[in-house]
Amino acid sequence: MADHEPHAHEPWTEDRAEAIIAARVTEPGAMLPILHDLQAAFGYVPAEAVPLLAHALNVTRAEVHGVVSFYHEYRRHKPGRHVLRLCRAEACQALGCEALADHVRARLNIAWHETTSDGAVTLEPVFCLGLCAIGPAALLDGQPLARLDPTRIEAALESLS
Amino acid sequence: MTKVFVPRDAAALALGADAVAKALTPHATIVRTGSRGLFWLEPMIEVETPAGRIAYGPVAAADIPALLTAGLLTGGAHPLRLGAPEQLPFLARQTRLTFARCGVIDPLSLADYRAHGGLAGLDRAQAMGPAATIDSVLKSGLRGRGGAGFPAGIKWKTAADAPGARKFIVCNADEGDSGTYADRMLMEGDPFCLIEGMAIAGFAVGASKGYVYTRSEYPHAIASFDAALAIARSAGVLGAGFDIEQRVGAGAYVCGEETSLLESLEGRRGQVRAKPPLPAHKGLFGQPTVINNVITLASVPVILRDGPEAYQALGFGRSRGTMPIQLAGNVKYGGLFEAGFGLTLGEIVNDIGGGTRSGRPVRAVQVGGPLGAYFPPALFDTPFDYEAFTAKDGLIGHGGIVVFDDTVDLLHQARFAMEFCSVESCGKCTPCRIGSVRGMETLEKIMAGIAVEANLELIRDLCHTMKFGSLCALGGFIPYPVMSALEHFPEDFRRARLAPAA
Repeated sequence: MADHEPHAHEPWTEDRAEAIIAARVTEPGAMLPILHDLQAAFGYVPAEAVPLLAHALNVTRAEVHGVVSFYHEYRRHKPGRHVLRLCRAEACQALGCEALADHVRARLNIAWHETTSDGAVTLEPVFCLGLCAIGPAALLDGQPLARLDPTRIEAALESLS
Repeated sequence: MTKVFVPRDAAALALGADAVAKALTPHATIVRTGSRGLFWLEPMIEVETPAGRIAYGPVAAADIPALLTAGLLTGGAHPLRLGAPEQLPFLARQTRLTFARCGVIDPLSLADYRAHGGLAGLDRAQAMGPAATIDSVLKSGLRGRGGAGFPAGIKWKTAADAPGARKFIVCNADEGDSGTYADRMLMEGDPFCLIEGMAIAGFAVGASKGYVYTRSEYPHAIASFDAALAIARSAGVLGAGFDIEQRVGAGAYVCGEETSLLESLEGRRGQVRAKPPLPAHKGLFGQPTVINNVITLASVPVILRDGPEAYQALGFGRSRGTMPIQLAGNVKYGGLFEAGFGLTLGEIVNDIGGGTRSGRPVRAVQVGGPLGAYFPPALFDTPFDYEAFTAKDGLIGHGGIVVFDDTVDLLHQARFAMEFCSVESCGKCTPCRIGSVRGMETLEKIMAGIAVEANLELIRDLCHTMKFGSLCALGGFIPYPVMSALEHFPEDFRRARLAPAA
């Protein structure tokens, strides 16, 4: 099993957010790239960033909110130290991913999109990772996992700090 | 030192390829490649010997000491020895054109790419000029591999003829269909092929800029393609006349629809645009735009290099050339199988795929992703071809086939289709936005045994409305999995439900 480095996210500061926005604001269609950069830095898209981005792109705050809330990828809350993205799509369903998801939610005692009470793991559903011949599949902190069953996912979770 | 090829495709990594490479590093020169696409054998490593490459797999890091003792580096005998990879039946039966280099070369070596026939298509295009290039694509019969099957050459010609200050080539790498991974494999295993295809398209239609919109669920493909772009730029393949930028999606399935992809690239919510205007007339930033799937664009270099006749000679009916079929789900030999159109579904699932991984009987296969129909074995004589699947109320989509064994509940799958549509609907049109929610609720009533016949009639009516009233393929095609489940597996919808719907 690969080592899973915890996400090292920066604390929110307005100056840092302004710098991230300024770096790409002149690109055509900069909204999504900037949101990705904000999330990469802070782990999520902080609500405080929305008016800054709206001002920089000369759009309304509603427009930015609409984009952030439209795309499943953008988080509006700080994630845990680790993120487990478990595939829920049909190819993984054919291999029992739904029972596996039930197991993981019970084991972590959280629902989809929630973070364990110790702040260790955030569980997110994902619709297809392109690992459809070796499912059930997941990404744990960006590392692909395959042919998952309760034992293998347990081992992966145990290895986390 | 002996060269050993170890894949670093995301699927191989998921199965421990990095640990295998690490264990071999003191003993051999490691070349990381893409995957050959035989996933039940991953990590499949290949040793370079005077007699050609010898494959071993599936190899775990723990196997390396025993393999070395058995003479791995000279192709020695061992239970994991598979022999020459090209002679493995799964590969020997294929016609690899688009995927000829995938799993063979170092994906980030432009020298390897050239040595294996790369850039010859671009050279040929530049020698014969834009009009003749478009003519070649037209003559090849290449149709959009994203699912719609629209002739690529016509799209190109329309964009080339459209007046515009700037023109764009947009590559749709938002491969969201479950059961598909061809785009991912190509971008990880042979990214220069996509770059070359886009450069040819740019030259043919007079575009100066290309965008690749890659889904965020593919971090390895994103990294591999970005690295390839930097190499292509520094080698002068990209830059002066035509450059490419990769943009990353954000987890919206509907952005695989071409107009919502354009909205997303422009920085908005991925809501579908009404057509006309066609993207070829008014696409990205209002300019003429060719938007093609990864595999469509990656099939262009070989068409230009070897001539359209060779490509056109392969295939079936109006589906010309090859299609990378992706076997997925509960399948014994899951992987990528590139072949001319026309194999029957039964040949693909049973002969090539070997039936289920679980060993239980195949009950259903879903072809073409979440919007594709569920086919029972009774329809396994259907040839893999755009028109043949349409005639059976299905679609081939992007070529993914998800196999289910006899434990599958098709009412459950029909409900999931509606749930998926309700989560992923862009919200622009009512049949999709509201219909999917009502469809899910109605199927839950059927699960609970409430007024089953009346609710089934409601589902039929709703599916009709969604099919003909939705703006795009999401709401328009979600009736395929629902209605095919109902038509081919009616017993699952009428089973007495003792427990309430979970």
